[in-house]
Amino acid sequence: MASAPAVVGVEEIAEPPVLEVRGLTKHYTIGRLGRGKTVHALSNVDLSLERGEVLGLVGESGSGKTTFIRTVLMLDRPTAGTIRVNGQEPVPARPSASRLREHRRHVQMIFQDPYSSLDPLHTVRYSVGRPLRAFGIVPRHEQKAAIEKLLAQVGLVPAGDFLRRYPHQLSGGQRQRVGVARALAVHPSVLLADEPTSMLDVSIRLSIMNLLLELRSSESLALVFVTHDLAGAYYMSDRIAIMYAGHLLEVGPASAVMGHPRHPYTRLLREAAPDPDGDFGRDTRFEVQGDPPDLTALPPGCPFVPRCPFARSECETALPEWREVGAGHRVRCVLYGGPDGTAAFDKPLTTRGGPDA
Amino acid sequence: MLEIDGLSVGYGWTGRPVVTIVRDVSLTVGTGEVVGIAGESGCGKTTLALAATGLLDPPGQILSGSVRYQGTDLTSLSPQELRELRLTEISMVFQASMNVLNPVMRIRDQFLDAMAAHGVESSAEARKRAEETFDLVKIPRRFFDAYPHQLSGGMRQRAVIALALVLRPKLLVLDEPTTALDVVVQRSILQSLNDLRRDLDFAIVFITHDLSLLVEIADRIAIMYAGAIVEDAAAKDLYQRSRHPYTNALMEAFPPLGGDRRRLEGISGQPPDLRNLPIGCSFAPRCPRVMAGTCDEIDPPTIGRDDGHLVVCHLYSEKEAPVG
Amino acid sequence: MNVRAVLSNPRAVLGASILAFFIVIALLAPVISPYSPTDINFPIGVGPSWKHWLGTTAGGQDILSQLIWGTRASVSVGLGTGALICLVQLVTGIFAGYVGGLTDTASAMVTNVFLVLPALPLLIVLSAYLQGSGGSGSTLVLIGVITITGWAWGARVLRSQAIALRNRPFVEAARISGEGRWHIVLSHIVPNMLGIMVANFFGAALFAVLAEAGLEFIGLGNINTVTWGTMLYWAQNDEATLMGLWMWLLVPGLCIMLFGTALGLLNFAVDEIANPNLRRD
Repeated sequence: MASAPAVVGVEEIAEPPVLEVRGLTKHYTIGRLGRGKTVHALSNVDLSLERGEVLGLVGESGSGKTTFIRTVLMLDRPTAGTIRVNGQEPVPARPSASRLREHRRHVQMIFQDPYSSLDPLHTVRYSVGRPLRAFGIVPRHEQKAAIEKLLAQVGLVPAGDFLRRYPHQLSGGQRQRVGVARALAVHPSVLLADEPTSMLDVSIRLSIMNLLLELRSSESLALVFVTHDLAGAYYMSDRIAIMYAGHLLEVGPASAVMGHPRHPYTRLLREAAPDPDGDFGRDTRFEVQGDPPDLTALPPGCPFVPRCPFARSECETALPEWREVGAGHRVRCVLYGGPDGTAAFDKPLTTRGGPDA
Repeated sequence: MLEIDGLSVGYGWTGRPVVTIVRDVSLTVGTGEVVGIAGESGCGKTTLALAATGLLDPPGQILSGSVRYQGTDLTSLSPQELRELRLTEISMVFQASMNVLNPVMRIRDQFLDAMAAHGVESSAEARKRAEETFDLVKIPRRFFDAYPHQLSGGMRQRAVIALALVLRPKLLVLDEPTTALDVVVQRSILQSLNDLRRDLDFAIVFITHDLSLLVEIADRIAIMYAGAIVEDAAAKDLYQRSRHPYTNALMEAFPPLGGDRRRLEGISGQPPDLRNLPIGCSFAPRCPRVMAGTCDEIDPPTIGRDDGHLVVCHLYSEKEAPVG
Repeated sequence: MNVRAVLSNPRAVLGASILAFFIVIALLAPVISPYSPTDINFPIGVGPSWKHWLGTTAGGQDILSQLIWGTRASVSVGLGTGALICLVQLVTGIFAGYVGGLTDTASAMVTNVFLVLPALPLLIVLSAYLQGSGGSGSTLVLIGVITITGWAWGARVLRSQAIALRNRPFVEAARISGEGRWHIVLSHIVPNMLGIMVANFFGAALFAVLAEAGLEFIGLGNINTVTWGTMLYWAQNDEATLMGLWMWLLVPGLCIMLFGTALGLLNFAVDEIANPNLRRD
């Protein structure tokens, strides 16, 4: 009976996504003026990432996954689209030097090639210490200790031993750890890993992947794990996003995308991937038609049409809309137009006997 | 058909001690068999392949042992004789196709050249044979007259395979043939290889770091570590009952494509420096089942040679159920 | 590029030895020169003798002393101008190449303009214009003119190398680590192209030495200084050949040639060492 304003209920203020990308597009021209061709490297990508989430971005070469990382980091300027970090103002198309630095305070990267991502002429201490210095993270007299702490965090112990080493004195796995330490120095919110394990030996890959997973927890990082290796993506990710010819085709929880791949391309990838637990000596045929996409001459409509066994005329005219097919699982394909998201028709991608994967 | 017996290969530069890359390797490949060699970088698998196909150039040198192809010791042949064997009997496909294909020559000319070098005189005949092979590897014939850069990576690799097969060799050695290629292309090339093998009846030695590929296509698999073979078994056997701790760890290192997700461990440490191998078993420093006093002092024995499932490890002994 | 590589290359060793020889002479000039180079109290036009190993000039100066002090002047101007040229190239070639965009486009345009202008006539015309008449020019102007005419060619080479390095992952990593542009250029780009820069320095110094000698020979330098070039000028001016004073004419010319050869050898050798594709073994 009070006359105080009624409190309808308590609602937790939703934390904004750590990374929010809308309509990210990147085109660039190659060739001389006048005779140049436009490469449509990235077309209209929408993705968001929560704190502590690992998103596996899967695609083959030319899918745009590396371009995605580069444009989010503003290493290359996006042609269109917005990038928001921690709900802040979107990064302007032509950011000032200080705005750019502010951006990189929150978004960092791990490179693919451990052999060329460290300056061969500088020590580990120098390479890891640069961001500390450049961003003023710790005062000068505390830098050595901070670097040692970072090295310990990535498993390079005893840290003191590694300070003075040069890249050529380190193994591929160790170099990659140095790269992670360097990225971690600024305590970013988002870490973009560009195929961080593809150039490492098989036995080392897991340790780097496990390291990244540990850091996700200990540092509350959001991680985008770009890879062409479906199994690696499944191991690492909470959600998986599939890219093809610069377009995002399917996004969803890792178990859903891998267990019930919807998009014909996802299913093709799943079929093609080597399966260590798979049937012995597959008897089933793997047929795929068509050529890999030409990014300078993409057909209108869905880019997968030339290779899709289910392509229909409507696929060629316009890019399909996103359809929800499960909790947090969406796909961009006309096959899933049913009211409850079921497939309009469901045929196995190959002539594999047995239930559809 | 190919018998490698106790082969040791090293690299020696003037004024420096010889570094042994391949240590006492023995391996047999039967007619029409697919033998996989798996190992990570630096294990010596490529050097082994080069030595086994007579392609080893200085500073590489064969230190001991023999490589017998259908009874003939390849190490005793002259360069001329080796050249004659190449392509007609033994062919090799390397990882980077662009290293094989001359970028300024049309593909057909490279084929015609190769065939002329091996005595196929008539160019009409040569062209016919080459085009047939193109069909077999599923490249559209119109690419026959193209330049290498006009083909995609996958096509180029198929072209290289076609070149290797055009003279119908009995043995094809492939060194990481699909590593640089996308997963979809890789799968179709592997499938084509299998079909080709059935049609043309040749043996394959498939070298790769990707054990999961071998498990699917190989009859036998040999695992290499630090220049030596540590396990050699039928593919199914290896998969279901691998013995060597390194093999086990390697198989664990491939995350599954579905099902429960649990944490997997890689292998700690890194492969040894071949110039400075540890005493005893070269895997001992990283082995989760190492037995101090034995593994780090005594060279491990070779067990199970007659069993068809060979393993080089202290955990096992002959004629008993495996200790491990 | 390490010391062993340098020592095992015969061209490098030869070039370095000759260079070292001249540098030592230049440094020790006050100590080893028998007389002052400008002392004119000696007998005129005497041939080589015990007192004057190379004889005397038409003006009564000891040729050997002139040569030694001339070495000091020529070597320092040559190497110094070479260094100045490299400094200009650092900004117009390396920095501009790394930064890209409008800065690079503008710089490249300017470079191309200077590349197209023929060096020799430009040298002469600029010198003549700036030096005034009668050989009363200054060494500073000389250095300036040589630098202006000589910077363009090397800048192009350095620029393309900087552009190649710009795209390397570790340079991109430095960008993401928040490093400033000049810091990246000086800490990452330059150290990783040091071989080419050193080779380029020798090329620039070679041009500088020859240009200097040439300009002085035709009287566009400072004829009151004692350098190899001015010695030649005076020798020609005072008709050394008619007087039979071969030493006066030959020896400075020989020095220029030797020094130039040393720089040229080092240019090739360092290039070879830095770029394994050029090696001849």
